[in-house]
Amino acid sequence: MANYPASQPGSQRHTLSVLVENRPGVLARVAGLFARRAFNINSLSVSPTERPDISRITVTADVDTVPLEQIIKQLNKLLHVLKIVELDAATTVDRELVLIKVAADESNRSDVLEIVRLFRVNVVDVHPESLTIEATGAEGKIDALLGLLEHYGVIELVRSGSVAVTRGPRALSEKVLGSEITGR
Amino acid sequence: MALPTPLQAFSSVPKTSVGNDKQTIVNGEKMTGAQALVRSLEELGVKDVFGLPGGAILPVYDEIKDSTKFRFVLVRHEQAAGHAAEGYAISTGRVGVCLVTSGPGATNVVTAIADANMDSVPMVVITGQVGVGAIGTDAFQEADIVGITYPVVKHSYLVTRAQDIPRVLTEAFHIAATGRPGPVVVDLTKTAQTGDMYFSWPQRMILPGYNPTTKAHGRVLADAAKMFSQSYRPVLYVGGGAVRSGAQRQIAELARVTGAPVVTTLQARGILPDSDSANLGMLGMHGTVAATGAAQRSDLLVAIGARFDDRVTGDLTSFAPTARVIHIDIDPAEIGKNRVADVPIVGDVACVLDDLIPETTRTQAIHGKPDLTHWWASLNKLREDYPIDYDQPEDQPTDGSLSPQWVVKQLSGMADPETIWVAGVGQHQMWASQLVDFERPRSWISSGGLGTMGYGLPAAIGASLGSQRDFEGRKPVWLIDGDGSFQMSSEELATAFLDGAPVKIAILNNSVYGMVRQWQTLFYNKHYSATMLRDGEATKDTAPEDFVDVPDFVKLAEAYGCVGLRAFTEEQAIDAIKRANEINDRPVLIDFRVWKDAMVWPMVAAGAPNDEVTYRPGTKPLRRAAAQGADDAAQVSGAASV
Repeated sequence: MANYPASQPGSQRHTLSVLVENRPGVLARVAGLFARRAFNINSLSVSPTERPDISRITVTADVDTVPLEQIIKQLNKLLHVLKIVELDAATTVDRELVLIKVAADESNRSDVLEIVRLFRVNVVDVHPESLTIEATGAEGKIDALLGLLEHYGVIELVRSGSVAVTRGPRALSEKVLGSEITGR
Repeated sequence: MALPTPLQAFSSVPKTSVGNDKQTIVNGEKMTGAQALVRSLEELGVKDVFGLPGGAILPVYDEIKDSTKFRFVLVRHEQAAGHAAEGYAISTGRVGVCLVTSGPGATNVVTAIADANMDSVPMVVITGQVGVGAIGTDAFQEADIVGITYPVVKHSYLVTRAQDIPRVLTEAFHIAATGRPGPVVVDLTKTAQTGDMYFSWPQRMILPGYNPTTKAHGRVLADAAKMFSQSYRPVLYVGGGAVRSGAQRQIAELARVTGAPVVTTLQARGILPDSDSANLGMLGMHGTVAATGAAQRSDLLVAIGARFDDRVTGDLTSFAPTARVIHIDIDPAEIGKNRVADVPIVGDVACVLDDLIPETTRTQAIHGKPDLTHWWASLNKLREDYPIDYDQPEDQPTDGSLSPQWVVKQLSGMADPETIWVAGVGQHQMWASQLVDFERPRSWISSGGLGTMGYGLPAAIGASLGSQRDFEGRKPVWLIDGDGSFQMSSEELATAFLDGAPVKIAILNNSVYGMVRQWQTLFYNKHYSATMLRDGEATKDTAPEDFVDVPDFVKLAEAYGCVGLRAFTEEQAIDAIKRANEINDRPVLIDFRVWKDAMVWPMVAAGAPNDEVTYRPGTKPLRRAAAQGADDAAQVSGAASV
């Protein structure tokens, strides 16, 4: 039952959406739970939501189902955690923002720009020796883009980590409606 | 009615940030945060507070006056404040409270917080903190106690504004006592203590993320009842959660209704009287053969407020291999953590059993009650053949000292039936749990999950003060401690004497770290590395200049104003126990000189399967029984089909 470490090679990718109170120390509590159980977090992004009193954490991790269940239960025990949902890839919009600095001079700049056009991403900075590309998309698209750009030499790379939201008209925070978290 | 769209739903939410530091409530009585803290504790009905002052908490201590409605108990070490609050909480069922300063004061209490967290003890720890402006500057006696305690608390608060104090205290007590009980840390900055605020009571709690389930939902009760009607070898495996929930009546009734035997964890000793024939005693590493065997051979294991700890299960994969599992626990994270439950029931034990018992009776009326005669016959045979026993030749002291098990048995036999028993951690703890006759719930206080040495004396002080408060002192407190464990908190004899906690202390002094020595004997080739204490080597015939006894426990007790007694022989031991039982105005310590090679049996080696339980060296009764198990099972199913 108890697997340690929880992240094993070949484990499946899971995306968790965690609604938490927007206050100091919450992320440390959440991240601490992952760390203690040797979860290798693949990506993590946090920011306030449509409600200023609530923040949303999106975590992706490669992990087996049983330890994942345990960590969801443990997360639920944190008082600052309001709601946890494991997002199903089929009904989820999943995006990541990446900034890629590619080594490109006049000899190959147009080739790189062609790739940029094909992927419908943007160039946000140009230098005689480099191009900085801003790309958003699901993981597969980003990986494909990176695969092509690698060839030219990636100088610098930064990824935001996944943010994800379910399709359709419902908001996750509807489930914590009525709990006004103010005044402290 | 159509649900609001997200846009509608959120249109009522103010767009501007609501966070500001302005006083939002200006009605109520104006006072400082420190005064508000004392007032909040009074309003919450706190009667006793354990602690030790210091710079960063001084504004609060300045407000503790003769007219303050709670009693303040000054300890000599902050860890003891925590353990005393634990002992107080376990014996009375109320939240224990500690009040300590920042930095070292706060870090000293971390062990007690971790201990309370493992054993689900309701406790509120208030720590001082440097001023808000100084946080993060490495100011004198600054420690990030909220950060340090993240992994070992149920919840924690850093309070920076005076006006938050009453609400935070209300929430802290609510969180500590409800759901799965646990420790809550309230870190109180000096800014909050000295700031002005308007006090009002009661306070509205803001806990959107805290909704413990107490009542069982769905079909689980019917499923559980059905499982009882289909099981011919059921066992109720009862843990500390049942004690915290106060479910002794329900446990006894469930045992009566289903006819199932009861096995308990260390924490749940006493929940069912030992004289009750359904009680097989403690299971696991040092449990009885009957209890361990019952779990191993059961076809239905009903875990009630228990968490499948490794000291109970041994090797998890071979624990209760033929059993289906009903798991009742208030903490959903415990269910399926170590063992998959066939019927998971989330809820408060007492509340769930109140619903489960009538459901079981109803199911029995339809399907009948399984015949458990064969099951009980085999368990009774185990119980008769392998009792907890210390009369074997290898248990007899070879150096003329006392047998520690015999001492525990005498203590139990001669004690007031209302006695609250407390133990430190080690061999003596196991002997106490095995050999004391528990007849009442909440009469046993011991550090289980964390196994904290030095727990005993402060916990006993807490229990003794709790007894004075809640039971008018009618429950005397006996502490059974080891010489090693006792020395980790012996300075609290001062607290016991000065604060009027007449605990009776039995030190089973074998002059070694007994449990470690037992493991060294069994698993480390008798290499007794660093386990000799040299604090009880003298015998009654030794000339004074020929030995070292450091410390001399009798003199140590006398130095603190307590009565010190010593017993080398059985007659002296009986006399000393008699005297201790008569003294009720001050603490009494008896230094029982016991044999250092005594061992705790039965034993399952750490990580070994429970079927390997060793009753005596060379005797593994369940392994033999496991071979016969197939025959038994055939017999039982034969009986079932008739």
